[in-house]
Amino acid sequence: MSETTQYQEINDLLSKNSGYKEGFFTQTVVDTFAKGLNEDVVRAISAKKNEPQWMLDFRLKAFAHWKTLEEPHWAKASYDPIDYQDYSYYSAPECNSCSSDCPTGNKGMSMEMDPEVAKAFSSLGVPVNGEGSAQKANIAVDAIFDSVSVSTTKREELEELGIIFCSFSEAVHDHPELVQQYLGTVVPYHDNYFAALNSAVASDGTFVYIPEGVRSPIDLSTYFRINEAKTGQFERTILIADKNSYVSYLEGCSAPVRDSYQLHAAVVEVIVHENAEVKYSTVQNWYPGDDNCEGGILNFVTKRGICEGAHAKLSWTQAETGSAITWKYPSCILKGDHSIGEFYSVALTNRRQQADTGTKMIHIGKNTRSTIISKGLSAGKSDNTYRGLVRILPSAEGARNFTQCDSMLIGDQCGAHTFPYIEVENASAKMEHEATTSRIGEDQLFYCQQRGISEQDAISMIVNGFCKDVFSELPLEFAQEAEELLAISLEGSVG
Amino acid sequence: MLLSVENLHAQVADEPEKAILKGLNLNVKPGEVHAIMGPNGAGKSTLSSVLAGREDYEVTAGTVSLSGEDLLELSAEERARKGVFLAFQYPVEIPGVSNKLFMQTAVNAIRDEQGLPALDMFDFDTYAQSKIDLLKMPKNLLDRSVNVGFSGGEKKRNDIFQMALLEPKLCILDETDSGLDIDAMKVVANGVNSLRSSDRSFIVVTHYQRLLDYIKPDFVHVLFDGQIIQSGGFELVHELEEKGYDDLIQAHQQQQTQK
Ligand SMILES: Nc1ncnc2c1ncn2[C@@H]1O[C@H](COP(=O)(O)OP(=O)(O)OP(=O)(O)O)[C@@H](O)[C@H]1O
Ligand SMILES: [Mg+2]
Repeated sequence: MSETTQYQEINDLLSKNSGYKEGFFTQTVVDTFAKGLNEDVVRAISAKKNEPQWMLDFRLKAFAHWKTLEEPHWAKASYDPIDYQDYSYYSAPECNSCSSDCPTGNKGMSMEMDPEVAKAFSSLGVPVNGEGSAQKANIAVDAIFDSVSVSTTKREELEELGIIFCSFSEAVHDHPELVQQYLGTVVPYHDNYFAALNSAVASDGTFVYIPEGVRSPIDLSTYFRINEAKTGQFERTILIADKNSYVSYLEGCSAPVRDSYQLHAAVVEVIVHENAEVKYSTVQNWYPGDDNCEGGILNFVTKRGICEGAHAKLSWTQAETGSAITWKYPSCILKGDHSIGEFYSVALTNRRQQADTGTKMIHIGKNTRSTIISKGLSAGKSDNTYRGLVRILPSAEGARNFTQCDSMLIGDQCGAHTFPYIEVENASAKMEHEATTSRIGEDQLFYCQQRGISEQDAISMIVNGFCKDVFSELPLEFAQEAEELLAISLEGSVG
Repeated sequence: MLLSVENLHAQVADEPEKAILKGLNLNVKPGEVHAIMGPNGAGKSTLSSVLAGREDYEVTAGTVSLSGEDLLELSAEERARKGVFLAFQYPVEIPGVSNKLFMQTAVNAIRDEQGLPALDMFDFDTYAQSKIDLLKMPKNLLDRSVNVGFSGGEKKRNDIFQMALLEPKLCILDETDSGLDIDAMKVVANGVNSLRSSDRSFIVVTHYQRLLDYIKPDFVHVLFDGQIIQSGGFELVHELEEKGYDDLIQAHQQQQTQK
């Protein structure tokens, strides 16, 4: 372990990459593990967080399994094998991390937040002090800085309703029975390479529990930020909506500009019980790297939810604009009869970014329905792949799926690929599939420009029109943010 | 002089051998309406595109100035902001983008150039309604996606509507009448006539007398093989309608070989 103060070499990098506005770096005293990964590191992470034995056991089991696996390279996104020994697996702003004389475990949340960290979040527009701007007042935020959660706002208000909204580490201490009941049930530690890695070295994350019959009056939100260089972020999020409950959960991400890849391998598990509804929205704007996508975030995420009970509903909505490489398939297991799964996605790639994203809809219950609307935008020299699976099991009498995959190409050096897999084992299933590929034409651009509209405005107008069906699913201010992100990410994409 | 075109030569940018405009001259004063006629492939649309700044074409010689300013130096959007408007022969569809957003963006880009404050949604609505009434356009025009699902006639009306909103100095209409039924043609002619003013000029490209009967241009030009081979007043329209282009073209070709 080393205590370091970071210096501003980064500023030089920043000036090189002014296009990415979240690309500042926060100077703070940090507690960072030395690079490397072995069983001792896994134990040390667990010790750092004063975890109970069961949690350590979970980590060790996952780690042992991970060592037997091979890094997957089947996705359309190609990357050099990652040197896992070259990353640090724990980093925390100092006054927030638990020192060894802090016996009760991770109580960082109740402490004062490092003012530099607070400043970082506020310049990102994240209201971490609870009072926030009036515009965002109706939202509770869990802010995660590198490996630890540094602030969870509006907790008391939520506690009155019985809603648990805290960091994952806290939940391990304060709600061990719930964590044990659900951890690894939707995404088992052996699910895939990155899920295993995450299970072993999970840093922090968010834990949400909505009790029976409660509709969360405010949106819950987590904001992830990777600050340290060469640090992996492995957050673990568990969201449980008990019977007849409702919650809308938002997730935003960013990272400073770096000159080497940063690794992000998250696992999200969502459990939706009978008659409950979860809306899970993500705006992902991790740093995509320089013009060649060197040094961007590698984003390997496993997100999966299960509609346990009848009439449960889970909607994934995502706007993915960042990362050098994205590998992500938010999925729904539709187990309860009449349960509903939805996936609305906008994935934009520019420069040399690679995105391989999509969803899996597994129909188990009767009369289950799923909707997939995917909009892929490729610009520059990027590659954008939709990969989706709709599986109708024999038990899923009367299941229905509607899939629409639209791709838009901006320029002629980018690629769009669509791999829709369909496996139907019940003849009563109804499947609809629509797909289009279009290109922003010179004609369209000239038409706009002839009306006095600049090329950038024209592109962002056309692109936003293309993405409308998905953005309308995002909460209002998120939709606006997504639109702005698209505009920024597309800068310089033509000509 | 509002527009002055001198000895304009232009070709397709990717095909250097293929000259399309071959020494074209045209002068337009403020308030004038000029009609350009000529057989298919003469270069009428090319002239319109070159004036509007389409990059597919390369100007190899000659000059074009707008109110004394070199137009060829400017990008398409700069030209539009300075008051050049082109009603397209084939208006383009933009799915998912409402006419309202599209036109509000365009109007505000032009207001910005003129140093005027942007119109917000409400002000724009009021402004747009006044133009819809003026041109007798359908009320729901603003809510639809730009030209998507419009009939040929509706697309062209929409272009005229845009022209009314942008209040340009130089309006170029490229065969805005083709594909229109009589009523729609009247709407277009009515649009042009109601926008006519002493500081606005028009170049109307057409094959047919009918539109010109409604508009009554001040000057008529015949474009052939990249040059204007004949100019005259409104009476030239009737001559052409009766005799066709053959005599003119033959005379022109004889002249060319004599040179
Ligand atoms: N982008 C292009 N690429 C290749 N050839 C072109 C291009 N644009 C125009 N041309 C050629 O230039 C000539 C003039 O075309 P233009 O469209 O200007 O004619 P026009 O007078 O408008 O004809 P019409 O009456 O049919 O509309 C034609 O021979 C056409 O094929
Ligand atoms: Mg033409």
